Amino acid sequence: MAAAKYDPYDFANRRHIGPSAKEIAEMLTIVGAPDLHALIDETVPQSIRQTERIDFGKSLSERRALDKLRETANKNKLLTSLIGQGYHGTTMPPAIQRNIFENPAWYTAYSPYQPEISQGRLEALLNFQTLVADLTALDLANASLLDEATAAAEAMSMAHRISNSEKTVFFVDKDCLPQTIAVVRTRAEPLGWQIKVGDPFKDLDASGVFGALFQYPGVCGECHDFTEVTKRLHEAGAIAIMAADPLALTLLKPPGEMGADIAVGSMQRYGVPMGFGGPHAAYIATRDAYKRSLPGRLVGVSVDSRGNRAYRLALQTREQHIRREKATSNICTSQVLLAVIASMYAVYHGPVGLKAIALRVHRDACRLADGLRSLGFKVAPAVFFDTITVQVGPYQGLIMKNAVDNGINLRKVNSDRIGITVDERTRPDTLEAVWRAFGAFDLRYSDAYPPSHLPPALLRTSEFLSHPVFHMNRAESEMTRYMRRLADRDLALDRSMIPLGSCTMKLNATAEMLPISWPEFSEMHPFVPQDQALGYKELIDDLSQKLCVITGYDAISMQPNSGAQGEYAGLLAIRAYHRSRGDFQRTVCLIPASAHGTNPASAQMAGMTVVVVRTDKNGNIDVADFRAKAEVHANELAACMITYPSTHGVFEETVRELCDITHACGGQVYLDGANLNALVGIARPGEIGSDVSHLNLHKTFCIPHGGGGPGMGPIGVKAHLIPFLPGHPETDGRGLTVSAAPYGSPSILPISWSYIMLMGGRGLTQATRVAILNANYIAKRLEGAFPLLYKGKNGRVAHECIIDIRPITESTGVTVEDIAKRLIDSGFHAPTMSWPVAGTLMIEPTESETRAELDRFCDAMLSIREETRAIEQGRSDRKNNPLKNAPHTVEDLVGAWDRPYSREQACFPPGAFRIDKYWPPVNRVDNTYGDRHLVCSCPPMEMYLKAQK
Amino acid sequence: MLKFTEEHEWLKIEGDTATVGITEFASAQLGDLVFIELPKVGTKLKKGDAAAVVESVKAASDVYAPLDGEVVEINQVVADDPAAATADPTGRGWLYKLKLAKVADLDALMDEAAYKKLIG
Repeated sequence: MAAAKYDPYDFANRRHIGPSAKEIAEMLTIVGAPDLHALIDETVPQSIRQTERIDFGKSLSERRALDKLRETANKNKLLTSLIGQGYHGTTMPPAIQRNIFENPAWYTAYSPYQPEISQGRLEALLNFQTLVADLTALDLANASLLDEATAAAEAMSMAHRISNSEKTVFFVDKDCLPQTIAVVRTRAEPLGWQIKVGDPFKDLDASGVFGALFQYPGVCGECHDFTEVTKRLHEAGAIAIMAADPLALTLLKPPGEMGADIAVGSMQRYGVPMGFGGPHAAYIATRDAYKRSLPGRLVGVSVDSRGNRAYRLALQTREQHIRREKATSNICTSQVLLAVIASMYAVYHGPVGLKAIALRVHRDACRLADGLRSLGFKVAPAVFFDTITVQVGPYQGLIMKNAVDNGINLRKVNSDRIGITVDERTRPDTLEAVWRAFGAFDLRYSDAYPPSHLPPALLRTSEFLSHPVFHMNRAESEMTRYMRRLADRDLALDRSMIPLGSCTMKLNATAEMLPISWPEFSEMHPFVPQDQALGYKELIDDLSQKLCVITGYDAISMQPNSGAQGEYAGLLAIRAYHRSRGDFQRTVCLIPASAHGTNPASAQMAGMTVVVVRTDKNGNIDVADFRAKAEVHANELAACMITYPSTHGVFEETVRELCDITHACGGQVYLDGANLNALVGIARPGEIGSDVSHLNLHKTFCIPHGGGGPGMGPIGVKAHLIPFLPGHPETDGRGLTVSAAPYGSPSILPISWSYIMLMGGRGLTQATRVAILNANYIAKRLEGAFPLLYKGKNGRVAHECIIDIRPITESTGVTVEDIAKRLIDSGFHAPTMSWPVAGTLMIEPTESETRAELDRFCDAMLSIREETRAIEQGRSDRKNNPLKNAPHTVEDLVGAWDRPYSREQACFPPGAFRIDKYWPPVNRVDNTYGDRHLVCSCPPMEMYLKAQK
Repeated sequence: MLKFTEEHEWLKIEGDTATVGITEFASAQLGDLVFIELPKVGTKLKKGDAAAVVESVKAASDVYAPLDGEVVEINQVVADDPAAATADPTGRGWLYKLKLAKVADLDALMDEAAYKKLIG
């Protein structure tokens, strides 16, 4: 193309969409379509196509988008927030910020389902689990949950399971965070449980509850010893849960030593910025006896085929993708990137450093309290860690305003008290500014150590973080290399495509990522006065409006923190809608057998009964069965959940009909937005007949997967469901609350906003077309070698395709797992294995991959097919072959080579780079061993030494 | 006397008590078991109730009560070492013993020949 016509700043076509115009033309020839429009016409049913184009004006260059976002950021007024209430100022060490938070090797990885290419972040997560187990003095912790409030709700459900109790009352400490109480109430109601809020020392009737939740320290600062209370609960067969601050736990007697069965909390103040509410990693820990009832991801230690230590995800049978409505939770993601940062913060500081930080925080709180007392104010409580409240009577408003004028946000408590929480970022002038707000202009900070306000009986005496990883030399040279070593063990998008079906592993452009580090976005407390967050308001409103245009919905709620949370929030809205009309009996939810496991798990949590609808042999929903079941349950029908295009990668012709049947029977349609990447600019869920959808911003709208979180699952609804969208005690005080923060994880919303502005309406639509082209290209290149399981009526697939491995397994014994592991030798992450159909692979290339990368992948797959043919033809052994022995490591090469194939074939199959070869750090991981010998914290030192040798 | 269910369980009948386990076929489908959850002795089961859970790394399956009855004994060996159930599902790998509410109910179950026909 002539330089005069070349637009170097055309982000959509130059940077985001992989194939060039020339490659697109060549690929169209290969798939046999005259042009992209014709391909889309053959693929997407005319009946659902949108008629109006998306128009957001001219797309922006990267520079221009950053400038615009900078203007928005400047509208946020960044004060020092001493509000507390679960969110605290903290310092992310710059070494961690640059080497993890801002490093695509960490943030573009997928969830660690393929352990051989995920050893780095699995080790970091194991550090996280060890950290949490140690801090709480419980036996084991999972790899993180979404936020403290949902962790508390998960703990409540877990308590009901493990107590085996017939009781339906759950007690909640009145000193719990208000957002925790709201989320727990929301979660309890559809399950038929009652929440009793009160004082644990006065109002708790242990024999009347299945469990109880206490906050430690309480929201107003109190630190109680709950030993007696947990004892009473246990005597009555009930479960004790403590929501505990992990920084306080470095000084205070931990939950496990008070008899708590479960501990939850937020690891935010371990180096993760507040971000106006998220994302952060929450934790949950429990006793060994209850490990099988834990929700969420759990990393365990196993061995590889050489007997060397190797990490993997353990006990997956608890999870929704296997157990569906019987799962321990609908949760499928964790907050990996944030959990990794928190664990590195602990490695960076070590137990001594953490304790020193906690002591500094406590001393500042003491200085603050002593200063205020010297001014004549009544300060409570007597025992505190970092939070105090001050009796101010009618001066509350005046002092709060004075504080703001001095650059400080305080917390309003009732009508006559003010809460103040100090943190790692508190400095002498912060305290002096607070004192000024209370009228003292000459009170000066003193370095002298004030007397502690923690009684000896409540102090922690047990050691924690004794594992060597928390005691390494903390010079930055060592730390940087440790983070680099872990990163190098993993395959992420910065090294190769990740063709995971249903996961949409598209580009996470650097320009989209930069603003999330800006302090105006990252350091805002979620509960600041609204006039300080005008930039966030503008961003959220504008993004919501654009998502409405894209989806055809009338309103968006940003609150849900993951796709599964979105499903849950959407179903709650449907439930509330029916109940508002007096239809209390509408509790049946139709879900096709092909649905994501989260669908039935979410429906169960929303108090619905799942009725499974069959799929036909082509993978489509069986319309006759759907109609029959909808009509049988017409009086009780609450909703159906449909994924579109289907989980089988096909645009079903019947989707409108399914919506009509549901509506005719009085139900609402939940259209699962997991596959929205195939619809943007082409069809709008809200126009197809759906009432509510969640949008996975971490798929379609470029929020990176972070190695298994964060995610965002906002929901879009039609107008009649707007009154039933999530609310929050700190904003509108309304209705259902599904997340700790009002807007979920707002600090990552600049990513999605930037993506939309950089692409523009045309770019977004072109991305959808190319995503469909890329999938059809792969389908075409592989079709001679692997049968394609499902196609649309014109022989086209949507944005992903499923290849059937079962015939190969039948003839050679080679399984999908063998193929997945062999792809590692070529330097690839495997496609989605055995989902939605066992014995198949589902491939989703996304629009971001170039033809060269697609070809590299196809070459690797075709070579694998040749290797299976060699087995079929008897040229290769059924047991001892490159597929069964995959992946191949350096360890394999340095020993005696007695394999019936060459080292060259083993390590450099087609697709593998010669110089930049990816060497997996372990051989195939033994899953069975890991689940039979469960170890969920850092293994002892000897194993590390062995591994280093 | 040996009896079988469509849910791939076997029952070895001695008097009014049936020893229950999963068949070789079911065991092969599940793969290596990593966890087995057994009912408590004394549990009264109705036919079709989830009596036990067997888990491999990739699947969790309920084992349904084949008939009405009361659990009178459980096999602690497989609870402690699930590998034993995988190694010998129809022998050492039995799961629990059920005292049948009505021995005559056994007639409704398949004999070995019928079961072999079912699994082809």
